[in-house]
Amino acid sequence: MSASLGRAAAALLRWGRGVGGGLWVPGVRAASSGGSGSAEHLDTLVKKDKVVVFLKGTPEQPQCGFSNAVVQILRLHGVRDYAAYNVLDDPQLRQGIKDYSNWPTIPQVYLNGEFVGGCDILLQMHQNGDLVEELKKLGIRSALLDEKTDQDSK
Amino acid sequence: MELSADYLREKLQRDLEAEHVEVEDTTPNRCASSFRVLVVSAKFEGKPLLQRHRLVNTCLSEELPHIHAFEQKTLTPEQWAREQQK
Repeated sequence: MSASLGRAAAALLRWGRGVGGGLWVPGVRAASSGGSGSAEHLDTLVKKDKVVVFLKGTPEQPQCGFSNAVVQILRLHGVRDYAAYNVLDDPQLRQGIKDYSNWPTIPQVYLNGEFVGGCDILLQMHQNGDLVEELKKLGIRSALLDEKTDQDSK
Repeated sequence: MELSADYLREKLQRDLEAEHVEVEDTTPNRCASSFRVLVVSAKFEGKPLLQRHRLVNTCLSEELPHIHAFEQKTLTPEQWAREQQK
């Protein structure tokens, strides 16, 4: 149990607001019952932050092209304040989130506690403009809107 | 489990009553068995992307654990017709 708590803590990487590097936040408290892969714990994780992603690797060093794509899409939209969990650090989390979301692959994206999908879905939401709308619902203004305004005003 | 593009294509076509399925074996670009699929099915009509992808995931639930990377695109016949006109 204590070992899995340690892994859960190590798995949490919060992307600091406006800061270049990531910030390690220690002390994720696993839910009282079960370890980092338990539904109860995951329920808390996905609801704790507005934007939550489960990746292979970290936002600074994604270990898979699909996880990297998710990181880059969020970056394009100027979303810097999000919680990223590295499933490669924690086998329990890796299997647990697949079961919790009923989704077979990593990366996985949650907005406002709701499962959005994997890389393909986020990419298509980026392409068809839905992502801008979904972020707006969370009170996050996509950086792409500002770029557009800049161009329009020229 | 040895998976072929043909096998996946047939299964998707049958189970999702797809009118068009493309399966590309992208394994050569990666380290383990990988596929990219396009499924065109009337079953996707009125369903958001997440539900469409879930249909595909369910159809291939036995196979996906043996696939390293899986990319999918899900279109209705109408969307597919529009895409082809582009």
